[in-house]
Amino acid sequence: MQAHGTVFKYGDNVDTDVIIPARYLNSSDPAELATHCMEDIDRDFVKKVQPGDIIVANKNFGCGSSREHAPIAIKASGVSCVIAETFARIFYRNSINIGLPIIECPEAAREIESGDEVTVDFDSGRICDLTTGKEYQGQSFPEFMQKIISAGGLVNYINESE
Amino acid sequence: MGMTMTQKILAHAASLDEVKAGQLIEAKLDLVLGNDITTPVAIDVMKQFKKQEVFDRDKIALVMDHFIPNKDIKSAEHCKIVRDFAAKYQITNYFDVGQMGIEHALLPEKGLVVAGDVVIGADSHTCTYGALGAFSTGVGSTDMAAGMATGKAWFKVPPAIRFNLVGKPSKWVSGKDVILHIIGMIGVDGALYQSMEFTGPGVAELSMDDRLTISNMAIEAGGKNGIFPVDEKTIAYMKEHSKKTWTAYEADPDAEYEAEYTIDLSKLQPTVSFPHLPENAKEIGTFGRIAIDQVVIGSCTNGRIEDLRTAAEILKGRQVKKGLRCIVIPATQNVYLQALKEGLIETFIESGAVVSTPTCGPCLGGYMGILAHGERCVSTTNRNFVGRMGAVDSEIYLASPAVAAASAITGTVSGPSELGL
Ligand code: SF4
Repeated sequence: MQAHGTVFKYGDNVDTDVIIPARYLNSSDPAELATHCMEDIDRDFVKKVQPGDIIVANKNFGCGSSREHAPIAIKASGVSCVIAETFARIFYRNSINIGLPIIECPEAAREIESGDEVTVDFDSGRICDLTTGKEYQGQSFPEFMQKIISAGGLVNYINESE
Repeated sequence: MGMTMTQKILAHAASLDEVKAGQLIEAKLDLVLGNDITTPVAIDVMKQFKKQEVFDRDKIALVMDHFIPNKDIKSAEHCKIVRDFAAKYQITNYFDVGQMGIEHALLPEKGLVVAGDVVIGADSHTCTYGALGAFSTGVGSTDMAAGMATGKAWFKVPPAIRFNLVGKPSKWVSGKDVILHIIGMIGVDGALYQSMEFTGPGVAELSMDDRLTISNMAIEAGGKNGIFPVDEKTIAYMKEHSKKTWTAYEADPDAEYEAEYTIDLSKLQPTVSFPHLPENAKEIGTFGRIAIDQVVIGSCTNGRIEDLRTAAEILKGRQVKKGLRCIVIPATQNVYLQALKEGLIETFIESGAVVSTPTCGPCLGGYMGILAHGERCVSTTNRNFVGRMGAVDSEIYLASPAVAAASAITGTVSGPSELGL
Protein backbone atom coordinates (compact mmCIF):
# COMPACT_ATOMS: atom_id res chain seq x y z
CA MET A 1 0.00 0.00 0.00
CA GLN A 2 1.15 3.50 -0.82
CA ALA A 3 0.10 7.01 0.07
CA HIS A 4 0.77 9.90 -2.28
CA GLY A 5 -0.26 13.50 -1.72
CA THR A 6 0.46 17.07 -0.73
CA VAL A 7 1.58 17.89 2.78
CA PHE A 8 -0.21 19.95 5.44
CA LYS A 9 2.35 20.74 8.13
CA TYR A 10 1.67 21.44 11.83
CA GLY A 11 3.77 21.88 14.98
CA ASP A 12 3.96 20.25 18.45
CA ASN A 13 1.09 19.01 20.63
CA VAL A 14 -1.76 19.19 18.12
CA ASP A 15 -4.54 18.04 20.47
CA THR A 16 -7.74 16.20 19.70
CA ASP A 17 -9.74 19.31 20.60
CA VAL A 18 -8.34 21.20 17.62
CA ILE A 19 -8.53 18.14 15.35
CA ILE A 20 -12.25 17.92 16.04
CA PRO A 21 -13.68 20.42 18.53
CA ALA A 22 -15.96 19.03 21.24
CA ARG A 23 -18.86 21.18 19.99
CA TYR A 24 -19.21 18.82 17.01
CA LEU A 25 -19.16 15.58 18.99
CA ASN A 26 -22.93 15.33 19.00
CA SER A 27 -22.42 13.65 15.63
CA SER A 28 -20.54 10.46 14.98
CA ASP A 29 -21.05 10.58 11.21
CA PRO A 30 -17.54 10.57 9.66
CA ALA A 31 -18.54 12.74 6.67
CA GLU A 32 -19.99 15.39 8.93
CA LEU A 33 -17.01 15.29 11.32
CA ALA A 34 -14.71 15.74 8.31
CA THR A 35 -16.31 19.09 7.47
CA HIS A 36 -14.90 20.49 10.75
CA CYS A 37 -11.53 18.72 10.72
CA MET A 38 -8.62 20.89 11.97
CA GLU A 39 -10.98 23.87 11.98
CA ASP A 40 -9.55 25.48 15.13
CA ILE A 41 -5.93 25.30 13.98
CA ASP A 42 -6.29 25.71 10.19
CA ARG A 43 -9.50 27.19 8.80
CA ASP A 44 -8.43 26.45 5.22
CA PHE A 45 -7.67 22.78 5.74
CA VAL A 46 -11.15 21.55 4.87
CA LYS A 47 -11.30 23.73 1.75
CA LYS A 48 -7.89 22.71 0.44
CA VAL A 49 -7.48 19.05 1.37
CA GLN A 50 -7.57 16.57 -1.54
CA PRO A 51 -8.01 12.81 -1.31
CA GLY A 52 -4.62 11.26 -0.60
CA ASP A 53 -3.07 14.29 1.10
CA ILE A 54 -0.72 13.84 4.04
CA ILE A 55 -0.50 15.54 7.43
CA VAL A 56 2.98 16.03 8.88
CA ALA A 57 3.44 17.27 12.45
CA ASN A 58 6.04 17.41 15.19
CA LYS A 59 5.80 16.04 18.76
CA ASN A 60 2.85 14.50 20.60
CA PHE A 61 0.28 14.65 17.80
CA GLY A 62 -3.24 13.81 19.02
CA CYS A 63 -2.73 14.54 22.71
CA GLY A 64 -5.57 15.30 25.11
CA SER A 65 -8.99 13.69 25.21
CA SER A 66 -9.15 10.09 24.03
CA ARG A 67 -12.02 10.73 21.55
CA GLU A 68 -11.99 8.30 18.64
CA HIS A 69 -13.71 11.01 16.60
CA ALA A 70 -10.33 12.71 15.97
CA PRO A 71 -8.71 10.09 13.73
CA ILE A 72 -12.14 9.40 12.20
CA ALA A 73 -12.43 13.06 11.11
CA ILE A 74 -8.92 13.06 9.63
CA LYS A 75 -9.51 9.85 7.73
CA ALA A 76 -12.90 10.97 6.43
CA SER A 77 -11.40 14.24 5.19
CA GLY A 78 -9.40 12.18 2.70
CA VAL A 79 -6.01 12.22 4.41
CA SER A 80 -4.06 9.08 3.50
CA CYS A 81 -1.38 9.19 6.17
CA VAL A 82 -0.13 11.17 9.18
CA ILE A 83 3.60 11.46 9.78
CA ALA A 84 4.84 12.83 13.13
CA GLU A 85 7.84 12.82 15.44
CA THR A 86 5.65 11.18 18.10
CA PHE A 87 1.96 10.50 18.66
CA ALA A 88 0.03 10.60 21.92
CA ARG A 89 -0.54 7.04 23.03
CA ILE A 90 -4.31 6.68 22.83
CA PHE A 91 -4.51 8.64 19.54
CA TYR A 92 -2.00 6.20 18.09
CA ARG A 93 -4.11 3.21 19.11
CA ASN A 94 -7.36 4.77 17.96
CA SER A 95 -5.89 5.65 14.55
CA ILE A 96 -4.78 2.14 13.79
CA ASN A 97 -8.08 0.78 15.08
CA ILE A 98 -10.14 2.92 12.74
CA GLY A 99 -7.74 2.33 9.82
CA LEU A 100 -5.87 5.62 9.57
CA PRO A 101 -2.21 4.95 8.66
CA ILE A 102 0.21 6.83 10.89
CA ILE A 103 4.00 6.71 10.90
CA GLU A 104 6.55 8.01 13.35
CA CYS A 105 9.67 9.41 11.72
CA PRO A 106 11.32 12.32 13.59
CA GLU A 107 13.65 13.25 10.72
CA ALA A 108 10.91 13.39 8.10
CA ALA A 109 8.59 15.18 10.51
CA ARG A 110 11.15 17.91 11.08
CA GLU A 111 12.29 18.41 7.47
CA ILE A 112 9.19 18.00 5.31
CA GLU A 113 7.42 21.32 4.61
CA SER A 114 3.87 22.34 3.86
CA GLY A 115 3.04 21.91 0.19
CA ASP A 116 5.70 19.23 -0.48
CA GLU A 117 4.62 16.25 -2.52
CA VAL A 118 5.29 13.08 -0.57
CA THR A 119 4.87 9.34 -0.99
CA VAL A 120 4.78 6.78 1.81
CA ASP A 121 5.22 3.06 1.29
CA PHE A 122 3.57 1.19 4.14
CA ASP A 123 5.31 -2.12 3.47
CA SER A 124 8.80 -0.74 3.82
CA GLY A 125 8.12 2.41 5.87
CA ARG A 126 9.92 4.51 3.25
CA ILE A 127 8.94 8.13 2.99
CA CYS A 128 9.96 10.10 -0.15
CA ASP A 129 9.74 13.87 -0.39
CA LEU A 130 9.41 14.25 -4.17
CA THR A 131 9.76 18.03 -3.89
CA THR A 132 13.17 17.97 -2.18
CA GLY A 133 14.24 14.55 -3.40
CA LYS A 134 14.98 13.40 0.17
CA GLU A 135 14.18 9.93 1.48
CA TYR A 136 13.47 8.86 5.04
CA GLN A 137 13.05 5.53 6.78
CA GLY A 138 9.97 5.46 8.99
CA GLN A 139 8.82 2.46 10.92
CA SER A 140 7.09 -0.09 8.74
CA PHE A 141 3.94 -1.80 9.94
CA PRO A 142 4.08 -5.50 10.65
CA GLU A 143 1.85 -7.62 8.48
CA PHE A 144 -1.11 -7.85 10.81
CA MET A 145 -1.25 -4.09 11.29
CA GLN A 146 -1.12 -3.55 7.55
CA LYS A 147 -4.05 -5.89 7.35
CA ILE A 148 -5.96 -3.80 9.90
CA ILE A 149 -5.28 -0.66 7.91
CA SER A 150 -6.08 -2.14 4.51
CA ALA A 151 -9.28 -3.66 5.91
CA GLY A 152 -10.27 -0.15 6.98
CA GLY A 153 -9.98 -0.68 10.70
CA LEU A 154 -10.06 -3.24 13.48
CA VAL A 155 -13.76 -4.10 13.19
CA ASN A 156 -13.47 -4.97 9.48
CA TYR A 157 -10.21 -6.78 10.06
CA ILE A 158 -11.78 -9.02 12.66
CA ASN A 159 -14.79 -9.63 10.44
CA GLU A 160 -12.56 -10.56 7.50
CA SER A 161 -10.36 -12.88 9.49
CA GLU A 162 -13.33 -14.92 10.71
CA MET B 1 20.18 -6.79 23.97
CA GLY B 2 18.35 -7.40 27.23
CA MET B 3 14.67 -6.78 27.82
CA THR B 4 12.87 -4.86 30.54
CA MET B 5 10.29 -6.60 32.73
CA THR B 6 7.44 -5.21 30.62
CA GLN B 7 9.12 -6.25 27.39
CA LYS B 8 9.53 -9.80 28.66
CA ILE B 9 5.85 -10.11 29.53
CA LEU B 10 4.85 -8.73 26.14
CA ALA B 11 7.27 -11.00 24.27
CA HIS B 12 5.77 -14.02 25.98
CA ALA B 13 2.19 -12.91 25.27
CA ALA B 14 3.09 -12.40 21.60
CA SER B 15 4.84 -15.81 21.44
CA LEU B 16 8.12 -14.14 20.50
CA ASP B 17 11.58 -14.82 21.89
CA GLU B 18 12.48 -11.18 21.89
CA VAL B 19 10.86 -7.79 21.44
CA LYS B 20 12.38 -4.34 21.18
CA ALA B 21 11.12 -0.91 22.13
CA GLY B 22 9.03 0.51 19.31
CA GLN B 23 8.13 -2.88 17.85
CA LEU B 24 4.47 -3.52 17.10
CA ILE B 25 3.13 -6.83 18.35
CA GLU B 26 -0.11 -8.70 18.78
CA ALA B 27 -0.52 -10.18 22.25
CA LYS B 28 -2.89 -12.63 23.88
CA LEU B 29 -4.94 -11.13 26.68
CA ASP B 30 -5.55 -12.64 30.09
CA LEU B 31 -8.29 -10.18 31.02
CA VAL B 32 -10.40 -7.47 29.37
CA LEU B 33 -11.99 -4.89 31.67
CA GLY B 34 -14.76 -2.36 31.25
CA ASN B 35 -16.92 -0.21 33.52
CA ASP B 36 -20.40 1.29 33.44
CA ILE B 37 -19.25 4.27 31.34
CA THR B 38 -17.04 2.59 28.74
CA THR B 39 -18.67 -0.81 28.31
CA PRO B 40 -21.90 0.45 26.65
CA VAL B 41 -19.75 2.11 23.94
CA ALA B 42 -17.76 -1.09 23.41
CA ILE B 43 -21.00 -3.09 23.22
CA ASP B 44 -22.08 -0.77 20.38
CA VAL B 45 -18.83 -1.47 18.53
CA MET B 46 -19.26 -5.21 19.09
CA LYS B 47 -22.59 -5.07 17.27
CA GLN B 48 -20.63 -4.36 14.08
CA PHE B 49 -18.80 -7.67 14.35
CA LYS B 50 -20.02 -10.49 12.14
CA LYS B 51 -19.49 -13.03 14.85
CA GLN B 52 -21.38 -11.98 17.96
CA GLU B 53 -19.36 -13.90 20.49
CA VAL B 54 -16.97 -13.26 23.35
CA PHE B 55 -13.59 -15.01 23.33
CA ASP B 56 -13.83 -16.31 26.89
CA ARG B 57 -16.60 -15.45 29.30
CA ASP B 58 -14.23 -16.05 32.25
CA LYS B 59 -11.68 -13.51 31.02
CA ILE B 60 -13.89 -10.46 30.82
CA ALA B 61 -14.54 -8.30 33.87
CA LEU B 62 -17.38 -5.79 33.81
CA VAL B 63 -17.52 -3.59 36.89
CA MET B 64 -20.32 -1.16 37.58
CA ASP B 65 -18.58 1.45 39.72
CA HIS B 66 -18.71 5.01 38.41
CA PHE B 67 -22.37 5.89 39.01
CA ILE B 68 -23.43 2.95 41.13
CA PRO B 69 -25.90 2.65 42.88
CA ASN B 70 -27.30 4.55 39.92
CA LYS B 71 -27.51 8.26 40.52
CA ASP B 72 -29.96 9.09 37.73
CA ILE B 73 -31.96 7.62 34.86
CA LYS B 74 -29.14 7.96 32.29
CA SER B 75 -26.67 6.02 34.43
CA ALA B 76 -29.34 3.43 35.20
CA GLU B 77 -29.90 2.92 31.46
CA HIS B 78 -26.15 2.51 30.90
CA CYS B 79 -25.87 -0.11 33.60
CA LYS B 80 -28.87 -1.91 32.23
CA ILE B 81 -27.17 -2.22 28.81
CA VAL B 82 -24.17 -3.84 30.48
CA ARG B 83 -26.29 -5.99 32.79
CA ASP B 84 -28.25 -7.38 29.82
CA PHE B 85 -25.02 -7.99 27.89
CA ALA B 86 -23.47 -9.79 30.87
CA ALA B 87 -26.53 -11.98 31.22
CA LYS B 88 -26.70 -12.78 27.50
CA TYR B 89 -23.04 -13.82 27.30
CA GLN B 90 -22.96 -15.28 30.82
CA ILE B 91 -19.98 -13.13 31.80
CA THR B 92 -18.54 -14.73 34.92
CA ASN B 93 -16.98 -11.62 36.38
CA TYR B 94 -19.83 -9.18 36.20
CA PHE B 95 -19.94 -7.05 39.36
CA ASP B 96 -23.06 -5.09 40.18
CA VAL B 97 -24.41 -3.49 43.38
CA GLY B 98 -23.71 -5.79 46.31
CA GLN B 99 -20.57 -7.38 44.80
CA MET B 100 -18.97 -4.45 43.09
CA GLY B 101 -16.09 -2.30 44.19
CA ILE B 102 -14.04 0.29 42.34
CA GLU B 103 -12.65 -1.76 39.46
CA HIS B 104 -8.92 -1.29 40.12
CA ALA B 105 -9.30 -2.15 43.80
CA LEU B 106 -11.68 -5.01 43.07
CA LEU B 107 -9.79 -7.00 40.43
CA PRO B 108 -6.60 -7.63 42.45
CA GLU B 109 -8.70 -8.38 45.55
CA LYS B 110 -10.78 -10.94 43.60
CA GLY B 111 -7.57 -12.55 42.36
CA LEU B 112 -8.46 -11.83 38.73
CA VAL B 113 -5.01 -10.43 37.94
CA VAL B 114 -1.70 -12.09 38.81
CA ALA B 115 1.96 -11.64 37.92
CA GLY B 116 2.77 -12.11 34.24
CA ASP B 117 -0.77 -11.36 33.03
CA VAL B 118 -1.52 -9.05 30.12
CA VAL B 119 -4.59 -6.94 30.82
CA ILE B 120 -6.36 -4.18 28.92
CA GLY B 121 -9.14 -2.06 30.33
CA ALA B 122 -11.30 0.67 28.88
CA ASP B 123 -10.30 2.89 31.77
CA SER B 124 -7.08 4.84 32.01
CA HIS B 125 -6.19 3.61 35.51
CA THR B 126 -5.97 -0.01 34.36
CA CYS B 127 -2.23 0.47 34.88
CA THR B 128 -2.84 -0.26 38.61
CA TYR B 129 -2.14 -4.01 38.28
CA GLY B 130 1.53 -3.40 37.51
CA ALA B 131 1.88 -3.57 41.29
CA LEU B 132 1.37 -7.33 40.98
CA GLY B 133 4.01 -7.73 38.27
CA ALA B 134 1.42 -7.80 35.47
CA PHE B 135 1.37 -5.73 32.28
CA SER B 136 -1.82 -3.69 32.22
CA THR B 137 -2.83 -0.57 30.38
CA GLY B 138 -5.79 1.62 29.49
CA VAL B 139 -7.29 1.57 25.98
CA GLY B 140 -10.24 2.91 23.97
CA SER B 141 -13.66 1.36 23.43
CA THR B 142 -12.84 -0.20 20.03
CA ASP B 143 -9.90 -1.96 21.65
CA MET B 144 -12.12 -3.22 24.44
CA ALA B 145 -14.68 -4.53 21.94
CA ALA B 146 -12.02 -6.28 19.88
CA GLY B 147 -10.44 -7.66 23.04
CA MET B 148 -13.75 -9.11 24.19
CA ALA B 149 -14.34 -10.67 20.77
CA THR B 150 -10.87 -12.01 20.00
CA GLY B 151 -8.88 -12.16 23.25
CA LYS B 152 -6.09 -10.23 21.56
CA ALA B 153 -4.78 -6.70 21.35
CA TRP B 154 -1.95 -5.03 19.51
CA PHE B 155 0.72 -3.07 21.37
CA LYS B 156 3.69 -0.94 20.61
CA VAL B 157 6.46 -2.24 22.85
CA PRO B 158 7.38 0.60 25.21
CA PRO B 159 10.83 1.75 26.25
CA ALA B 160 11.23 2.14 30.01
CA ILE B 161 12.28 4.53 32.74
CA ARG B 162 13.77 2.91 35.82
CA PHE B 163 13.04 4.18 39.31
CA ASN B 164 15.51 2.76 41.77
CA LEU B 165 13.91 2.96 45.21
CA VAL B 166 16.19 2.89 48.25
CA GLY B 167 15.69 3.47 51.96
CA LYS B 168 12.65 3.10 54.18
CA PRO B 169 9.83 5.63 54.27
CA SER B 170 9.04 7.25 57.61
CA LYS B 171 5.79 6.55 59.45
CA TRP B 172 3.43 8.97 57.67
CA VAL B 173 4.96 8.61 54.22
CA SER B 174 3.04 6.23 51.95
CA GLY B 175 2.93 5.05 48.34
CA LYS B 176 0.88 8.15 47.50
CA ASP B 177 3.70 10.44 48.61
CA VAL B 178 6.18 8.41 46.55
CA ILE B 179 4.18 8.72 43.33
CA LEU B 180 3.26 12.39 43.86
CA HIS B 181 6.94 13.08 44.41
CA ILE B 182 7.86 11.24 41.20
CA ILE B 183 5.20 13.02 39.11
CA GLY B 184 6.38 16.32 40.58
CA MET B 185 9.88 15.42 39.47
CA ILE B 186 9.25 14.22 35.89
CA GLY B 187 5.99 16.03 35.02
CA VAL B 188 2.64 14.86 33.66
CA ASP B 189 4.21 13.75 30.35
CA GLY B 190 7.52 12.66 31.86
CA ALA B 191 6.88 9.01 31.04
CA LEU B 192 4.85 9.45 27.83
CA TYR B 193 4.60 6.10 25.96
CA GLN B 194 6.99 4.48 28.41
CA SER B 195 6.80 1.90 31.12
CA MET B 196 7.76 3.03 34.58
CA GLU B 197 9.70 0.20 36.19
CA PHE B 198 10.17 0.39 39.95
CA THR B 199 13.08 -1.56 41.37
CA GLY B 200 15.65 -1.50 44.16
CA PRO B 201 15.82 -2.43 47.83
CA GLY B 202 13.19 0.17 48.73
CA VAL B 203 10.48 -1.90 47.03
CA ALA B 204 10.53 -4.37 49.92
CA GLU B 205 9.65 -1.51 52.29
CA LEU B 206 6.41 -0.83 50.41
CA SER B 207 3.22 -2.76 51.15
CA MET B 208 1.09 -4.14 48.33
CA ASP B 209 -1.43 -1.36 48.95
CA ASP B 210 1.39 1.21 48.57
CA ARG B 211 2.50 -0.39 45.31
CA LEU B 212 -1.05 -0.45 43.94
CA THR B 213 -1.30 3.28 44.66
CA ILE B 214 1.98 3.98 42.88
CA SER B 215 1.14 1.91 39.77
CA ASN B 216 -2.35 3.45 39.71
CA MET B 217 -0.91 6.89 39.06
CA ALA B 218 1.62 5.91 36.35
CA ILE B 219 -0.86 7.30 33.80
CA GLU B 220 -0.66 10.66 35.57
CA ALA B 221 2.95 10.84 34.37
CA GLY B 222 1.84 9.84 30.86
CA GLY B 223 3.11 6.29 31.39
CA LYS B 224 1.81 3.28 29.53
CA ASN B 225 2.21 1.11 32.60
CA GLY B 226 3.94 1.13 35.99
CA ILE B 227 5.37 -2.17 37.11
CA PHE B 228 6.93 -3.71 40.22
CA PRO B 229 9.08 -6.82 40.53
CA VAL B 230 7.51 -9.90 42.09
CA ASP B 231 8.78 -10.47 45.64
CA GLU B 232 7.65 -12.27 48.81
CA LYS B 233 4.92 -9.73 49.46
CA THR B 234 3.52 -10.13 45.95
CA ILE B 235 3.53 -13.89 46.26
CA ALA B 236 1.83 -13.78 49.67
CA TYR B 237 -0.81 -11.43 48.24
CA MET B 238 -1.49 -13.67 45.25
CA LYS B 239 -1.69 -16.77 47.45
CA GLU B 240 -4.23 -15.05 49.63
CA HIS B 241 -6.40 -13.73 46.81
CA SER B 242 -6.03 -15.90 43.73
CA LYS B 243 -6.10 -19.44 42.44
CA LYS B 244 -4.64 -18.46 39.07
CA THR B 245 -1.15 -19.57 38.10
CA TRP B 246 1.31 -16.74 37.87
CA THR B 247 4.71 -16.13 36.31
CA ALA B 248 7.34 -13.79 37.69
CA TYR B 249 9.33 -11.96 35.03
CA GLU B 250 12.57 -10.16 35.79
CA ALA B 251 14.27 -7.46 33.78
CA ASP B 252 17.54 -8.61 32.16
CA PRO B 253 20.66 -7.11 33.76
CA ASP B 254 21.51 -5.47 30.43
CA ALA B 255 18.01 -4.12 29.77
CA GLU B 256 18.02 -0.61 28.33
CA TYR B 257 16.37 2.34 30.06
CA GLU B 258 15.73 5.77 28.59
CA ALA B 259 16.38 7.30 32.00
CA GLU B 260 17.13 6.21 35.55
CA TYR B 261 16.29 7.90 38.81
CA THR B 262 17.19 6.96 42.37
CA ILE B 263 14.69 7.90 45.04
CA ASP B 264 15.59 7.72 48.70
CA LEU B 265 12.30 6.89 50.40
CA SER B 266 13.67 7.88 53.82
CA LYS B 267 14.01 11.47 52.63
CA LEU B 268 10.43 11.86 51.38
CA GLN B 269 7.90 13.99 53.25
CA PRO B 270 4.11 13.88 53.09
CA THR B 271 3.38 15.49 49.72
CA VAL B 272 0.41 17.39 48.29
CA SER B 273 -0.29 18.09 44.60
CA PHE B 274 -1.78 21.53 44.18
CA PRO B 275 -4.45 22.45 41.62
CA HIS B 276 -4.74 21.83 38.73
CA LEU B 277 -2.13 19.24 37.75
CA PRO B 278 -0.73 16.23 39.61
CA GLU B 279 2.79 17.54 38.85
CA ASN B 280 2.32 20.55 41.17
CA ALA B 281 3.71 18.58 44.09
CA LYS B 282 4.76 20.34 47.31
CA GLU B 283 5.92 18.93 50.62
CA ILE B 284 3.94 19.60 53.77
CA GLY B 285 5.56 22.49 55.60
CA THR B 286 6.60 24.37 52.46
CA PHE B 287 3.38 26.34 52.00
CA GLY B 288 1.09 28.54 54.07
CA ARG B 289 -2.38 28.04 55.50
CA ILE B 290 -4.97 26.85 52.98
CA ALA B 291 -8.50 26.55 54.36
CA ILE B 292 -10.57 23.69 52.94
CA ASP B 293 -14.25 22.75 52.74
CA GLN B 294 -14.16 19.03 52.10
CA VAL B 295 -12.03 15.91 52.45
CA VAL B 296 -12.49 12.75 50.38
CA ILE B 297 -10.81 9.51 51.43
CA GLY B 298 -11.33 6.74 48.87
CA SER B 299 -11.01 5.92 45.11
CA CYS B 300 -8.99 3.33 43.18
CA THR B 301 -5.89 5.17 44.37
CA ASN B 302 -6.47 5.16 48.14
CA GLY B 303 -9.64 3.33 49.17
CA ARG B 304 -8.00 0.11 50.36
CA ILE B 305 -7.92 -1.24 53.90
CA GLU B 306 -4.50 0.16 54.80
CA ASP B 307 -5.63 3.58 53.65
CA LEU B 308 -8.67 3.42 55.93
CA ARG B 309 -6.55 2.17 58.82
CA THR B 310 -4.20 5.11 58.45
CA ALA B 311 -7.07 7.59 58.27
CA ALA B 312 -8.76 6.02 61.30
CA GLU B 313 -5.55 6.07 63.31
CA ILE B 314 -5.46 9.83 62.89
CA LEU B 315 -9.19 10.46 63.29
CA LYS B 316 -9.56 8.26 66.41
CA GLY B 317 -10.47 10.37 69.43
CA ARG B 318 -10.48 13.55 67.32
CA GLN B 319 -13.20 15.52 65.58
CA VAL B 320 -13.62 16.62 61.99
CA LYS B 321 -13.43 20.42 61.95
CA LYS B 322 -16.83 22.02 62.29
CA GLY B 323 -18.19 23.11 58.91
CA LEU B 324 -16.01 20.68 56.95
CA ARG B 325 -17.41 17.61 55.16
CA CYS B 326 -15.30 14.47 55.44
CA ILE B 327 -16.40 11.66 53.11
CA VAL B 328 -14.91 8.18 53.47
CA ILE B 329 -15.52 5.65 50.67
CA PRO B 330 -14.20 2.10 51.09
CA ALA B 331 -13.17 0.93 47.61
CA THR B 332 -14.83 -2.50 47.77
CA GLN B 333 -17.42 -4.42 49.77
CA ASN B 334 -14.61 -6.47 51.34
CA VAL B 335 -12.69 -3.39 52.39
CA TYR B 336 -15.94 -2.03 53.83
CA LEU B 337 -16.62 -5.21 55.80
CA GLN B 338 -13.05 -5.45 57.06
CA ALA B 339 -13.16 -1.81 58.17
CA LEU B 340 -16.40 -2.56 59.97
CA LYS B 341 -14.89 -5.55 61.77
CA GLU B 342 -11.85 -3.55 62.82
CA GLY B 343 -14.00 -0.75 64.21
CA LEU B 344 -12.74 1.77 61.67
CA ILE B 345 -16.23 2.68 60.48
CA GLU B 346 -17.18 3.45 64.06
CA THR B 347 -14.14 5.69 64.37
CA PHE B 348 -15.08 7.57 61.21
CA ILE B 349 -18.66 8.14 62.26
CA GLU B 350 -17.70 9.15 65.80
CA SER B 351 -15.25 11.67 64.42
CA GLY B 352 -17.96 13.28 62.30
CA ALA B 353 -17.10 11.77 58.92
CA VAL B 354 -19.65 10.04 56.67
CA VAL B 355 -19.10 6.61 55.14
CA SER B 356 -20.47 5.65 51.71
CA THR B 357 -21.00 2.42 49.85
CA PRO B 358 -18.16 1.72 47.34
CA THR B 359 -18.34 4.04 44.30
CA CYS B 360 -16.12 6.28 42.18
CA GLY B 361 -18.57 9.04 43.07
CA PRO B 362 -16.81 12.35 43.72
CA CYS B 363 -13.49 11.27 42.14
CA LEU B 364 -14.77 12.13 38.66
CA GLY B 365 -17.32 14.68 39.79
CA GLY B 366 -20.07 12.11 39.45
CA TYR B 367 -22.02 12.49 42.69
CA MET B 368 -21.62 12.01 46.49
CA GLY B 369 -19.53 15.09 47.23
CA ILE B 370 -19.55 17.58 44.36
CA LEU B 371 -17.79 20.89 45.05
CA ALA B 372 -19.46 24.29 44.78
CA HIS B 373 -17.89 27.40 43.27
CA GLY B 374 -14.62 28.32 44.93
CA GLU B 375 -14.60 25.35 47.32
CA ARG B 376 -11.43 23.46 48.16
CA CYS B 377 -11.03 19.75 48.80
CA VAL B 378 -8.16 17.58 50.00
CA SER B 379 -8.67 14.29 48.20
CA THR B 380 -6.89 10.94 48.09
CA THR B 381 -7.93 10.53 44.44
CA ASN B 382 -5.59 10.82 41.44
CA ARG B 383 -6.61 13.80 39.29
CA ASN B 384 -6.93 17.45 40.25
CA PHE B 385 -7.80 18.79 36.79
CA VAL B 386 -9.99 21.88 36.44
CA GLY B 387 -13.56 21.00 37.40
CA ARG B 388 -12.83 17.34 38.05
CA MET B 389 -14.85 17.25 41.30
CA GLY B 390 -17.44 19.90 40.51
CA ALA B 391 -17.49 23.63 39.79
CA VAL B 392 -14.80 24.86 37.37
CA ASP B 393 -13.33 27.20 39.98
CA SER B 394 -13.24 24.61 42.76
CA GLU B 395 -9.84 23.22 43.79
CA ILE B 396 -8.53 19.75 44.51
CA TYR B 397 -5.41 19.04 46.56
CA LEU B 398 -4.22 15.47 46.02
CA ALA B 399 -2.74 13.78 49.07
CA SER B 400 -2.34 10.56 51.06
CA PRO B 401 -4.98 9.27 53.52
CA ALA B 402 -2.79 10.49 56.41
CA VAL B 403 -2.69 14.05 55.07
CA ALA B 404 -6.39 13.94 54.17
CA ALA B 405 -7.36 12.80 57.67
CA ALA B 406 -5.12 15.37 59.36
CA SER B 407 -6.55 18.08 57.10
CA ALA B 408 -10.09 17.03 58.02
CA ILE B 409 -9.27 17.78 61.68
CA THR B 410 -7.43 21.06 61.22
CA GLY B 411 -9.61 22.37 58.38
CA THR B 412 -6.51 23.33 56.42
CA VAL B 413 -4.13 21.39 54.17
CA SER B 414 -2.04 19.72 56.90
CA GLY B 415 0.22 16.80 57.66
CA PRO B 416 -0.04 14.55 60.75
CA SER B 417 2.87 16.53 62.23
CA GLU B 418 0.52 19.45 62.71
CA LEU B 419 -1.43 17.30 65.16
CA GLY B 420 1.76 16.44 67.02
CA LEU B 421 1.80 12.97 65.45
S1 SF4 C 1 -11.99 6.01 41.43
FE1 SF4 C 1 -11.72 7.73 40.03
S2 SF4 C 1 -9.88 7.32 38.88
FE2 SF4 C 1 -10.53 5.41 39.88
S3 SF4 C 1 -11.72 4.32 38.33
FE3 SF4 C 1 -13.14 5.54 39.57
S4 SF4 C 1 -13.34 7.50 38.49
FE4 SF4 C 1 -11.55 6.47 37.67
